[in-house]
Amino acid sequence: MTLSPSVPSRQKPFILALIGLGLVLPFAVYPVFLMKGLCFGLFAAAFNLLLGYVGLLSFGHAMFFGWSAYLTAYAAKEWGLTPEIAILLGVALATVLGAVVGWLAIRRQGIYFAMITLALAQLGFFVAVQAPMTHGEDGIQGVPRGHLFGLFDLSDTMTMYYFVLAVFVASLLFLHRVVNSPFGQVLKAIRDNEPRAVSLGYEVGRYKLIAFVLSSAFAGLAGSLKSLVFQLASLADVSWHMSGEVVLMTLLGGVGTVLGPMVGAFLVVAIQDFFAGIGSWVIIIQGVIFVVCVLLFRSGMIGVLAPWLKRRGITG
Amino acid sequence: MMTILGIPTQALFGQLLLGLINGAFYAMLSLGLALIFGLLNIINFSHGALYMMGAFVAWLALNFLGLGYWPALIVAPLVVALVGIIIERTMLCRLYKLDHLYGLLLTFGLALIIEGLFREGYGVSGQPYSVPKELAGGWNLGFMFLPIYRGWVVVASLVLCLGTWYAIEKTKLGAYLRAGTENPTLVQAFGINVPLMITLTYGFGVALAAIAGVLAAPIYQVSPKMGSDLIIVVFAVVVIGGMGSILGSIVTGYMLGLVEGLTKVFYPEAASTVIFMVMVVVLLIKPAGLFGKGA
Amino acid sequence: MVMKRLLLGAAALALSTGMAHAQYSDGKVKIGVLTDLSGTYSDLAGKGTIVAAQMAIDDFGGKLNGQTIELISADHQNKADIASGIARKWYDTEQVDVIAELVTTAAAIAVREVSKEKGKVDLVSGAASTPLTNDKCSATGFHWTYDTYAMAVGTGDAVVKSGGKTWFFLTADYAFGHNLQAQTERVVKANGGTVKGAVKHPFPNSDFSSFLLQAQASGAQIIGLANAGADTINAIKQAKEFGITQAGQSLAGLLVFITDVHSLGLENAQGMMLTTGFYWDMDDQTRAWSKRWSEKMGGGKMPSMVHAGTYSQVLHYLKSTAAAKTDEGIKVADEMRKLPIADFFAKNGKIRADGRMVHDMYLAQVKKPSESKGPWDYYKIVRTIPGDEAYQPLAESTCPLVKK
Repeated sequence: MTLSPSVPSRQKPFILALIGLGLVLPFAVYPVFLMKGLCFGLFAAAFNLLLGYVGLLSFGHAMFFGWSAYLTAYAAKEWGLTPEIAILLGVALATVLGAVVGWLAIRRQGIYFAMITLALAQLGFFVAVQAPMTHGEDGIQGVPRGHLFGLFDLSDTMTMYYFVLAVFVASLLFLHRVVNSPFGQVLKAIRDNEPRAVSLGYEVGRYKLIAFVLSSAFAGLAGSLKSLVFQLASLADVSWHMSGEVVLMTLLGGVGTVLGPMVGAFLVVAIQDFFAGIGSWVIIIQGVIFVVCVLLFRSGMIGVLAPWLKRRGITG
Repeated sequence: MMTILGIPTQALFGQLLLGLINGAFYAMLSLGLALIFGLLNIINFSHGALYMMGAFVAWLALNFLGLGYWPALIVAPLVVALVGIIIERTMLCRLYKLDHLYGLLLTFGLALIIEGLFREGYGVSGQPYSVPKELAGGWNLGFMFLPIYRGWVVVASLVLCLGTWYAIEKTKLGAYLRAGTENPTLVQAFGINVPLMITLTYGFGVALAAIAGVLAAPIYQVSPKMGSDLIIVVFAVVVIGGMGSILGSIVTGYMLGLVEGLTKVFYPEAASTVIFMVMVVVLLIKPAGLFGKGA
Repeated sequence: MVMKRLLLGAAALALSTGMAHAQYSDGKVKIGVLTDLSGTYSDLAGKGTIVAAQMAIDDFGGKLNGQTIELISADHQNKADIASGIARKWYDTEQVDVIAELVTTAAAIAVREVSKEKGKVDLVSGAASTPLTNDKCSATGFHWTYDTYAMAVGTGDAVVKSGGKTWFFLTADYAFGHNLQAQTERVVKANGGTVKGAVKHPFPNSDFSSFLLQAQASGAQIIGLANAGADTINAIKQAKEFGITQAGQSLAGLLVFITDVHSLGLENAQGMMLTTGFYWDMDDQTRAWSKRWSEKMGGGKMPSMVHAGTYSQVLHYLKSTAAAKTDEGIKVADEMRKLPIADFFAKNGKIRADGRMVHDMYLAQVKKPSESKGPWDYYKIVRTIPGDEAYQPLAESTCPLVKK
């Protein structure tokens, strides 16, 4: 695998080490847990493209995540399509939805942007509750994982894991590349000072829309993967709580960092996993994390750790 | 019998009146949110949780102190206002210089904590709270049977909302408040204690939520979930009305109650979604909301 | 350098924990109780089912094959995805042999799928919908306490026969509500009644007033509540508030638990007909068990049918495992179908090919406040419905395991 040229040479060993860790970890840690972390990590990374690099807080990303999950699950179960086609269909749906929602939402900023994405996502939720294909509260259950390219049997947990890992790594490298490209530079310029970007002659609207569509497509990819890993697509994936959860993950890990959302996602998934037996405390702990993050570590875990890592020459 | 679009007029009137009752709660809650947003620039996600807390304080006061409904109407808002003031002084006040979004995230976290604690303590199945004796029973209006208590809710909410609106628009204190919203530095320069005003506004805003909670207690179950079910809808109300607009939040609250009531007649499954449809349409046509100024 | 260290560390970690995770059948039995510990159904199921399962283990003797029987529990929050995730983890890494309770149909079906895949036994107590013994049935899956069919047969039949011929439904807008309405409609029509209409309300819902007014406008004699938990409670209270019951229409709660009656209060619930699989105050055995359960719960509560059913299913599972001399899912399941069930919950229970545990059900009427002698003295048992009448005939089941 060749890393994109935009990755500074100093970061290469660090990234390789992480990939190496990803390769051996399932021998030590329960692979399904890791896959969940990877799916949510990808979801958070996609979300972060918008919040961290364009400065737009979407409160409706569950719509892309959830609807891709539904379509992939439906395609794999009812139409018997192979997983790669089912996933592509899911991503295509998220892309289309992203284009529509983005086109409507990017005209607004700040809190209005957040609210219009929330409103549209609630409409998406409503359709999910009403449409017969989603099976309402039960969700689409017992989704077959199938054979990847007709060759690799994904019902084997390890095969599934390496497939998810490969998709995850490729997606993150791609997103990393995007934010470090000239396109990404323009996005950051818009985030930092939109009127200035406009006066420099950039069509700000188009940049925002492309970023929105990219973000929703990857959110959709994460949802599609999740529906295959858990063989299930349900209302939880399209509800506004899911939109809130991805904000929590990104905030906890560090907004505007490549690694942050992934770290945040793993932490949140681990908390949910660890405290599953004790009822309401999961919610309370999540709330405390929110409060502590906002008050003390607004730059998130990675934001706090970054200077330390930098001193040791690990990241650039 | 007369019908409108196939629905008997009597049934329609009944549904509209019910919509107005729901609208009364939306109006009280969105008024508090709008006040807080206007002065603090904070979108108070914990508003729903504090509304729930108001209902719980009433329930706890009844079951542990023997305080009935009428004292609870005074005690609950005071207790919740105190909690609100503590939240504002210890946490929110650190965020005023930052983006709105941090306030939203912090209060979202607080909402989770408050709701989680009550769930842990009292379960979710809901605690019963009886209608006060003075307001039991109902009137037969011809087109429907109106429980007296629900009528009282509409009246109480109208008095509260209009009173608040009057205080802000017509009194000197209100003038300071409006000036503080426009330009806090200048108001401070006139020797008015702006931080105190901010703290008290937050306290008052959440006290309104607590009163709404007490009013709701005899109608719905007193349950830790009652706030989170409502808050998203109330947000939509505030956004449609125009963030920070006092009159906008009141009028929109009642209006959307009516819209929801109508939806329940024609397409009940969509009742919980219709407000969001209205919101999308309004934001696309009038970006700052129905009563908002500028974008 | 850093990478090498990291890799070494990871490898060491892999080695050390890899040992602990080695899977071998240890002959030990581990029971998982997966329920709603924090949501709408946490009173009628929840913590009480964990206590009930532990009581079953204790009554069995606490040991099997010389090893202590273990119990773990978790909260599925009524969500299919969480339920499915926990079930998978339990089977994969915790050596759980059987998952019990499973309130909420969506969660039960999610666990059913995983259990089927892994060849493990699942015991459903709290969930209601009939698909669990129809198209979602499995060789290792069992449905224990009640289902929507039995509720409809009990309450629907009784109400129509006592003169409630015209119906209007308030239905929770999700699979369970639709299922319950459909089952009840069938019974109503079969008995010569008619259905005047139905309205689907969002789930969960707190304000029923407008739906109740529609029900009132329909002029039906009976307003059937095809919902559960807090929704049912709110609908009943608000019907009283709007003078609907006083004006002559009656409510029929199609799924009402004793915990619901408790939070409604007898004042609101009196006279209501309901169907239940268990009532604590039926005989000495039920009273003795319920008293023990109540003490373990800290007093002040009495068990619902879901609590009692969880005890019964766990005990039967343990007896069958001992008889089969293995914890292998399919063999235990076969043994479970062979053994009859006779405990305080099910006096003459038997398990059919589709996984349905057939036992007698009871038609109860809620007492008037003046008839109640003390706390939790709520029901008059009006009729015992024989199991074969209460549950869907095997011939009608769409379960592929049923040989026709």
